[in-house]
Amino acid sequence: MEFIINYYNYIIVVIIMMLGLWGMLALSNLVKKLISMAIFQTGIILFYISMGAKKGASIPIIKQAYDEHHHPIHQTINNMDYANPLTQILMLTAIVVGVATLGLGLALTQRVYSEHKSLHEDEILETLS
Amino acid sequence: MIEQAPALIVVIPLISALFITIIGLYQPRFSWALTIVTFALSSIFAFICLQHVVTVGPISYVFGNWPAPFGIEYAIDHLNALIVLMISVVAFLVAIYSKHDIAKELGDKIPHFYSLFTLLVTGLLGITLTGDAFNLYVLLEISALTSYALLALSGGRAYIATFNYLIMGTIGACFYLLGVGYLLINTGSLNMADISVILSNNTYSYAVLAAFLFIMIGMWTKMALFPLHSWLPNAYTYAPTSTSCLLAPLMTKVSVYVMLRMMTSVFNYDYIFNVLQWQSVIVTLAVIAILAGSVLALRQDNLKRMLTYLIVAEIGYMVGGAWLGNANGFTGASYHIIADGFMTLCLFLAIGCIIYKVGDASLSSMKGIFTKMPVTMVGFLVGAFSMIGIPPTCGFFSKWYLISGAYEAAAWPFLVALLISSLVNAVLFFRIIEVGYFQALPSEEPNHHHPNIKRDEAPLSMLIPLLTTAGLLIGIGLYTADIVTYLIQPFIKNFL
Repeated sequence: MEFIINYYNYIIVVIIMMLGLWGMLALSNLVKKLISMAIFQTGIILFYISMGAKKGASIPIIKQAYDEHHHPIHQTINNMDYANPLTQILMLTAIVVGVATLGLGLALTQRVYSEHKSLHEDEILETLS
Repeated sequence: MIEQAPALIVVIPLISALFITIIGLYQPRFSWALTIVTFALSSIFAFICLQHVVTVGPISYVFGNWPAPFGIEYAIDHLNALIVLMISVVAFLVAIYSKHDIAKELGDKIPHFYSLFTLLVTGLLGITLTGDAFNLYVLLEISALTSYALLALSGGRAYIATFNYLIMGTIGACFYLLGVGYLLINTGSLNMADISVILSNNTYSYAVLAAFLFIMIGMWTKMALFPLHSWLPNAYTYAPTSTSCLLAPLMTKVSVYVMLRMMTSVFNYDYIFNVLQWQSVIVTLAVIAILAGSVLALRQDNLKRMLTYLIVAEIGYMVGGAWLGNANGFTGASYHIIADGFMTLCLFLAIGCIIYKVGDASLSSMKGIFTKMPVTMVGFLVGAFSMIGIPPTCGFFSKWYLISGAYEAAAWPFLVALLISSLVNAVLFFRIIEVGYFQALPSEEPNHHHPNIKRDEAPLSMLIPLLTTAGLLIGIGLYTADIVTYLIQPFIKNFL
């Protein structure tokens, strides 16, 4: 039980990722495959974000304090107050990649449909043979 | 200028990919010229880097002057200097080759083709140069996304084949990304050299093992190791000729490079071979890949499809060689990346010339091909000899290293599989020689070799790259000793 409470974010991430992976491999509708792909990628994005999250931490932007002459005051920064910016930056890139892949996949699906008049994998295989 | 060479190798194609589309709107044939100039420049800078690595030592290039563990680093050492040169030279040759073929097959899409072509090679060059694990993922996806578009360009059956490749390719890339995530949790770093240092100071936990497994499975999907190969033959067969000429030699080989890089520079070689001790399982997988690829290749009637199955078999060579765990095996695997890149290119270029003139690449349409296209067939034969492993072509030397590695490691099944695969290759290619040389054209009388079959060669812009590649196969074979002493051995010394 304690394991679940401590690691619930990773457990949810694993469930989401496995749902997506199963859908990509097992479903036979091409659009459902692509949606599963998006779910799989979302799972990975959540995985990265949750590894960089900290309890009670704020967004990683340091607010600079100034004295009355507008000179910056030197302040000590406690890194537990800020979420890890690295994982968030990485996932910005990964989201862009995911959108591009999904868009390309949907464009391909459209072409597959106009070619084979079906989105069902088995029916497409029948038209091929 | 010279200090900037590592960045310029990648930046020049990246920038010119934009201009190729713009210039192509005005005059499509300029986009062809610009692509050639781009890759000529890339090859020159890659050669400068190679020279620097051999004479001075590994290069580390940091972007924007951010020091290595924080910024993105391009690290060129003995392993990737030659592979970068190979990629840019292959791209240069295919760019020249593609002119007539693309005009015939794709018509008005010429600027788009060259723009995607350039972006794809940008991604591949970046993967080979980068020293940053996440940067590698982004470049992996750049090359994957452009390759989907390039493969689907020919339409028809290519759409569904590319769709399957997109699904498998995304699974592979996502697994790699997951592996990098595990590494980031463990080490807090993304720089490969930095990760390696941090990992070697700690005990290897299950999380590191999970990272290693995810990265390996991701790369095996990308390189089409046997049970994960199903996307490759269809995708490459139905693609436009120039696309398969570019993708077949490069995509899978770059994934093999990433596997070698991860095994040696990120994870500890000692950990993989002495703690995990999986080498017998992976080598068995490689043996199955070689045998399955060879058997499936034997069943094919279409030459292009046959070659795609040979790629599956060749992947088995490299994975097996890398996992033998000794110097000869590793030498064979890394040398075979270069050798296999050029010999696959040579064969695909020759098949492309035949498709350009004859219309298809089935075995029955090869009748009388030696009389019809003698120059193309010279190139084809050199490629075939290299695939079989006849000296002095480079295919012989990589097989030699792999076999001596297998002998040292006492991996007998792998040794036998290599020999069987060579035999199968010999059967495959001599069957083509038999049909092409001794059987007359279909319109003529059987068993009678007519002297008046018309010579009908592919245009010069297709023949020159083909013959250059054939020359390179022999050239690399003759300089094997230099490549191994100056490039591969200094790298192996780091970890063995």
